[in-house]
Amino acid sequence: MTDLADLTIAQAGSGLRSGEFTAVDLLAAVERRAAVTEAHLHAYLTLDRSGARTAAEAADAALATGDPRPLLGIPIALKDNMVTRGVETTASSQILAGWKPPYDGTAAIRLKEAGAVIVGKTNLDEFAMGSSTENSAYGPTRNPWNTNTVPGGSSGGSAAAVAVGSALGAFGSDTGGSIRQPASLTGTVGAKPTYGLVSRYGLIAFASSLDQIGPIARTVPDAAALLEAVVGWDPMDATSYNGDLPAIAKSLDTGVAGLRIGVVTELSGEGIDPEVLEATMRIVDQLSNAGADVVEISLPAIEYALSAYYLIAPAECSANLARFDGVRYGLRVDGATTEEMMAKTRAEGFGPEVTRRILLGTYALSAGYYDAFYGQAQRVRTLLRNDFASAYGRVDVLVSPTSPTTAFEVGAKTADPLTMYFADICTIATNLAGDPAISVPIGLDDAGLPIGFQIMAPALGEEVMFRVAAEVERLAAFTERPRLATSKVVAP
Amino acid sequence: MTEWEAVIGIETHVELQTKSKMFCGCLVDSGDEPNTAVCPVCLALPGALPVPNKEAIEGILSIGDALECTLIEDSLFYRKNYFYPDLPKNYQISQYTFPLCLDGRLAVDVDGEPTMVGITRVHMEEDTGKSTHIGESGRIHGADHTLLDFNRAGVPLVEVVSEPDIRSPEQARAYGAELQRVVRALGVSDARLEEGSMRFDVNVSVRPVGSDVLGTRTEVKNVNSLRSMQRAIAYEITRQIEVLENGGSIHLETRHWDESKGATRSGRTKEGSEDYRYFQDPDLLPLHIDEAWRKRVHERRPELPAAKRARYAALGADPRTAELLVDAGDLAALFEAAVSAGAEPRTVGIWLTGEVVAYLRRENVTLDETGLSADSLVELAQMTGAGDLSATAAKEVLNGVLAGEGTPSQVAESRDLLQISDASTIETEVMAVLDQHPDAIEKIRDGDAKPIGFLVGQVMRATGGKADPRMVQDLIRRKTQA
Amino acid sequence: MPADIDIERVAHLARIALTDDERALYGEQLAHIIEHAERVQALPTEGVEPTSHPLPMVNAFRPDVVTESLRREDALAGAPDTQNGYYRVPKILDES
Ligand SMILES: [Zn+2]
Repeated sequence: MTDLADLTIAQAGSGLRSGEFTAVDLLAAVERRAAVTEAHLHAYLTLDRSGARTAAEAADAALATGDPRPLLGIPIALKDNMVTRGVETTASSQILAGWKPPYDGTAAIRLKEAGAVIVGKTNLDEFAMGSSTENSAYGPTRNPWNTNTVPGGSSGGSAAAVAVGSALGAFGSDTGGSIRQPASLTGTVGAKPTYGLVSRYGLIAFASSLDQIGPIARTVPDAAALLEAVVGWDPMDATSYNGDLPAIAKSLDTGVAGLRIGVVTELSGEGIDPEVLEATMRIVDQLSNAGADVVEISLPAIEYALSAYYLIAPAECSANLARFDGVRYGLRVDGATTEEMMAKTRAEGFGPEVTRRILLGTYALSAGYYDAFYGQAQRVRTLLRNDFASAYGRVDVLVSPTSPTTAFEVGAKTADPLTMYFADICTIATNLAGDPAISVPIGLDDAGLPIGFQIMAPALGEEVMFRVAAEVERLAAFTERPRLATSKVVAP
Repeated sequence: MTEWEAVIGIETHVELQTKSKMFCGCLVDSGDEPNTAVCPVCLALPGALPVPNKEAIEGILSIGDALECTLIEDSLFYRKNYFYPDLPKNYQISQYTFPLCLDGRLAVDVDGEPTMVGITRVHMEEDTGKSTHIGESGRIHGADHTLLDFNRAGVPLVEVVSEPDIRSPEQARAYGAELQRVVRALGVSDARLEEGSMRFDVNVSVRPVGSDVLGTRTEVKNVNSLRSMQRAIAYEITRQIEVLENGGSIHLETRHWDESKGATRSGRTKEGSEDYRYFQDPDLLPLHIDEAWRKRVHERRPELPAAKRARYAALGADPRTAELLVDAGDLAALFEAAVSAGAEPRTVGIWLTGEVVAYLRRENVTLDETGLSADSLVELAQMTGAGDLSATAAKEVLNGVLAGEGTPSQVAESRDLLQISDASTIETEVMAVLDQHPDAIEKIRDGDAKPIGFLVGQVMRATGGKADPRMVQDLIRRKTQA
Repeated sequence: MPADIDIERVAHLARIALTDDERALYGEQLAHIIEHAERVQALPTEGVEPTSHPLPMVNAFRPDVVTESLRREDALAGAPDTQNGYYRVPKILDES
């Protein structure tokens, strides 16, 4: 008999509706899974047992009345930079230790309204700054496929939880690849929607012009269902999109016949692990066989994307994180004066990567350097957008590997910040452009670690993006589960 | 001996009286209980985002339009980064390049000397919270700790930056007063200096007359009234000249006006310490004020104080009366109503700014509470014009009307103030007096005019002051002519 | 260029108290990162408008409507130090 924790959201939904099991049963299965895997993974920072229990009971009551909401009773996890009322929210930082927000973010509100059961808050790189979830003030998260390796980041906790079954779905945030890269490293599906499609109200800001909330799930249709529950204009976010929404899940079964697919030249050669590249090209061939028209597309400005990103994101974060000052909430380290108190609080409260990026951003914005750094980076962003625009004049979607490598070992890249930054080379460009992108698992490398395939689409092109993603999922027929999810794990 | 000239520019902050704050729905006018009008946005809780108040944008555009600025089609919000505990985000949302309004002007007048003060820019920002320094001195120096109230944090704030076109403390005061009038006329702020809803930062420098190089300036803060602004500038000009004449130099610094000492004292040195790292706020979209919107703003512009003063003057009010009327909006409304109903403008203006203002002050009531109507003023003006009331009696009647004793004719009747202008009644009284004073008649006939005044006085006394003195005098002259 | 990072001044602007060792370490790392980031300068961008926003939208406003504020006890609940309904901080060096 299948453990309920291994069901997809679609399967769980029909089981709940047919009365095979209850939302309380489902939650219990997921919490049991967490109980045996957490000691190995540390995917969660907080498990909200009483809140989840209340939500599951309410879901069962609603299910009994025939309530058709697709996420009703589905246990999901939220990255701990998403604000949840009354439930500790730290963004994995010491500076917010113990903070219980007096409000819910818009995504949390919409998920609660959708009847989802929020199991808990997942680990991340502090303030979402990192690509391995090692930069958490509360200790790293491990990859369920091999606990000596990282799950990617910064949404590593959400990805690991979904991969192992301690949640059926999860939400993360993606500023430079923070949903897609961990999805790739954990064999899950992760989507970053078009900038503005999901409200950022209640997402603890890292880089405001790049941050987007998005889903992580085990299948493409599950990811689409999760995303549909949170998209839409929000009067609380001035940058949220107020036009017609894309039909995210409309064309999942349509296939790729007649679609034009561009393989990004700059992301399919140097710097990409050969095994990853080979797997990527195998899928490209299969897409071509399935009727897609495949061409190679060059995006010259993409070579500069990483550099531009490491000026823009730190600059924005240097201002966004200024509010953590020991005055109104969070950590305070005493000082004789307020100035001293603030400087000491921030020195103690922020970890090294966050400190580094704040300093970098402060420098890039400071008098005399603004135009050479921040200003120039914003112009590079324009060139990149132009490259994408002309590419989408020729093709419907662009494809590439999601991550240049599969999961790397814990500690392998922590010594030199720059090597870690290169983990995002395939994902960063779409954040700068504001476009959507998704990672779909397509297989394992020789070490048994998952490989992800990235599909990028123009702004608001979620329908075609999910359409191609669903086809990739069918072609890859990736059904492997991490050992931790299937084997009997001995609770420590 | 060098002759010096002062160069003064003023940055004015005006809090807009919208219902809700600039970027969140918290109440603007929230009273004294600290931290009761605060929310995730204005407390800068993690994850909260700003959304601009449309009404505040309308407010600043009105100000820009009234100051003859160009309303900028494409404008941006920036973050101004600096750490201060009353600034929750540790950056202020403000504008930098591309403010909403640029390049305007405001005419001011000192003792009939008109000056045009250029307006560099008018931009939108948000206010900070309030700090209270607790300690023996009550001042920031020597305080043990500071208490923070964020009710004011995020209140819409408009900054009006003038060109350094002002040359004297008097002009500066006139500029401040006129700007206050404009803002009030627009109805966007009560602009109360003592409550801080209008605040001035004054940049002062001096240079030898004839020089076109600007001297090093100091920024004077903490001037809480027009009078203290004038005093502070006068002090600062004298101080700077003294320093320079003694071979010293002026440092770019902030100086705080100490009202009780009548002096400015040195605050923070600005040189090198400021690096606000301005950049466009990624949480906010660009502002696009299209032509239709700009036109709408211009079309709803009310009559501004200067234009109103000119109109009142053209009606016959003297300049001082016109200014007083315009400054007190309720008096101006009554003035307009009375004049349009046919009352003589000059007299009504004098009554309103003299007798009425004095009454309100003495009785500590508002115009509204007295119930004084335009009809009453018209009636009173008619009675005076017809000679039914003397000028003195008219004022007394006005006081009776203000006290609620009835219409002017009712008051004149009940207080027995109606002037006797009936010729035969007056003639009877005059003849009676002349009969009693034949010696006076003799003297007049001999060419001595002095007794005329005496005889008029006698008639006035006999009629209880109600005879029209001019008629009495005419009659006496006629009757004593041989 | 990397040589001229005044890390002490940057740390002061960012209000982060650094030890001498940290100053040395971050100074070196920043120089290294900046060296890489400077690549952006290689791209000719004359006449290119900067992009600060991914979506070409303008004018997101809210109506001037008062909404519910936080209850004061909720607002102050997470604060490190309060007094009589105020947030409390140590003395402040200078007025801004
Ligand atoms: Zn608020």
